[in-house]
Amino acid sequence: MLFTIQVNNKKIKAEKGETILSALNRNGIIIPTLCRMKEFTPTGACRICVVEVEGRDRLVTACSQPVEEWMKIKTHSPRVITARKTIVELLLSNHPDDCLYCDRNLNCELQRLAEELNIRERRIKGKKTKQRLDQSSPAIVRELAKCILCGRCVRVCEELITCTSLDFINRGRLTHIGAAMDKDFNFSSCIHCGQCVLVCPTGALHEKHNITEVQEYLNKQDVVKAIQYSPAVASGIAEELGIRNSRDFDKSLNAILRKIGFDKIYSTGVGTDICVTEIVNSMMEKPAGDSPQPLYISACPAWVKYAEQFTPSILPSLSKIKSPQQITGILIKTLVAGQLGVKPEQVFSVSVSPCIAMKYEARRDGMMRKGISDVDSVMTVRELARLIRLNGIDVTNIEKEPADEPLSGRSSSAVLAEVSGGLAESVIRLLYFRKTGKEIDRQEFRKLRLSGIFRESVFTIDDREIKVAVVDGLSGLEKLRSAQASGTVYDLVEVMTCQGGCIHGAGLPFASSREELRARAKQVYQADDTEAINLPCKSPTLINLCEKMLKENKEISDKTIFYTHFEKRNVLL
Amino acid sequence: MAADIDNILGKYRQGRREELIPLLQEIQAAHGYISEEAIVRVGSHLGLSTTKIYGLATFYDQFRFFPAGKIHIKLCNGTSCFMNGSKAVIDRFREELRIEPGQTTRNGNFSLETVTCMGGCHHGPVIMINGEYHIHVQPEQVPELIRRLKYIIDND
Repeated sequence: MLFTIQVNNKKIKAEKGETILSALNRNGIIIPTLCRMKEFTPTGACRICVVEVEGRDRLVTACSQPVEEWMKIKTHSPRVITARKTIVELLLSNHPDDCLYCDRNLNCELQRLAEELNIRERRIKGKKTKQRLDQSSPAIVRELAKCILCGRCVRVCEELITCTSLDFINRGRLTHIGAAMDKDFNFSSCIHCGQCVLVCPTGALHEKHNITEVQEYLNKQDVVKAIQYSPAVASGIAEELGIRNSRDFDKSLNAILRKIGFDKIYSTGVGTDICVTEIVNSMMEKPAGDSPQPLYISACPAWVKYAEQFTPSILPSLSKIKSPQQITGILIKTLVAGQLGVKPEQVFSVSVSPCIAMKYEARRDGMMRKGISDVDSVMTVRELARLIRLNGIDVTNIEKEPADEPLSGRSSSAVLAEVSGGLAESVIRLLYFRKTGKEIDRQEFRKLRLSGIFRESVFTIDDREIKVAVVDGLSGLEKLRSAQASGTVYDLVEVMTCQGGCIHGAGLPFASSREELRARAKQVYQADDTEAINLPCKSPTLINLCEKMLKENKEISDKTIFYTHFEKRNVLL
Repeated sequence: MAADIDNILGKYRQGRREELIPLLQEIQAAHGYISEEAIVRVGSHLGLSTTKIYGLATFYDQFRFFPAGKIHIKLCNGTSCFMNGSKAVIDRFREELRIEPGQTTRNGNFSLETVTCMGGCHHGPVIMINGEYHIHVQPEQVPELIRRLKYIIDND
């Protein structure tokens, strides 16, 4: 039901049941917000969004107040502006003034608010919060002094990820965000998905940087500098560097990486292809109706840690195959090193990933052989963009170059794996092709491609019914559990920690509204539609690898090297 | 201690969220503090994350996370006592015992706690030593008081 309200002496239409903020936004009036996150219930904690409503003594928070028919609202009256300005001044009163050295410089919501509200002096002097730097986690760094206690990370961790590794500790002036028993982050139940990093308005939470380490190795003469990147990285870099036409940007990225000083450039997509092939192999070997437990895909490292902590009972049915990044890393350290005639320790292998948890995965137990790690250093897309800018490379005018053999080509399944449900789709496609020799109709996947945190579909392959479930974001696990409890038996379950899949990874550029995510997903599906090689088994790179090179190389021929082990973890849940 | 927690959890068989605070209060009354083990047990009993429980418990002044000392000193920092100079008294205790409120000395003899009111507002600053009121406490009396308390512990 639409009705009229009066805003700044003009009449606008509002809908019954919506908040003042959404009515204003729809009519092109911008109100600053800080603690608000679109898909979450409003808390009205930061009070930046206050507006004046005639007849009310106090200012009301636009983000949480439902709009009513009689309302006469002033959004930018002197009283409102003063209130907003004071709030930001108070937030700044104990904030460390080290914007120049901050991770989020020029990309900080607090900085932007201070600028927008024209704050030009430190009017209120507060006692500075004691610096506390928690670098214990392999993926996420916490700088508590920069925290403004908006609570976004707490809510994301609880409502979206369902881990609840963060909460407000203490009260009043001493309040801070922390894990259970205020322990350092590596002891907590954090799964390193990094969604909290993505929503943090300041530099209080950010990824652990590996740029310095990478730079150091780039200047060394006696090592081979190898880099791998996953398909989502190219479009992510294009987004971060502001390149509109990101089609085929991966070829330009190859040239950019060579200019930075990397010797060899490989595609993580090869690892995805191997991962998909191995999952299909294990499904082919498994007889029908063998066990009531489905095969859980383990490509998401955050999900693996979640399973190890919260649901250790499913660990036996979790696929033991390593993630695409680790598989490609192994191939670089064995096959490529062999071809180049260098020892594995002389190869410095970097991976660029849209995910923060990959940093943790590379440090995991079992991701190392004879003291040589599969992947030496993991960078996020944001870090790589920083490295590109640091090296002063003109990205607008760059030639296109291919990646290096033997790990250059990939199938479009590898691209598809970046969206939630894509990996399951790739597996089913290959399984169908292997069993029937034909390609499955893409229309079959429309149920898996819908939105929603839990999706399921049934595929008939060779008279056998395969039931597939896709958990899009860990909050969907609840639905999976209740479906399983009511007796539904699945054959394949894909779980992605981040909603939307890797295209919503915490290493990608910060802007991530629903529309942008949809655009990213659309790009992925488009690539899948247009690319010629759509099955791992048709990729010349993989054929070459499987037919020849894997067999010739003794270290990797038995493929056990691609597998790892998972164990129950004891952390404070 | 584990058996104690079992007993207490047994009283709250329903395991409802709203029982968290009474449960923690009862555990604190039994043990004198809330241990990490207790938080883990309560968490799995009520289906709550330990982070949430710790976050909630630290919000309230009444919960302690270290075992109390042989002599537990409550220092009032309520409005009346504050106006009568309780801050200086608290600071003196912190200096003399070298611990912060909420902590226990390493030998386990003394523990400090600040509270907001103990109902002796017209006698401030008020402190309570093992359940016994001391009124009109002045900072200069603190060293002598601690010396006497140490003597009591040593000859106990």
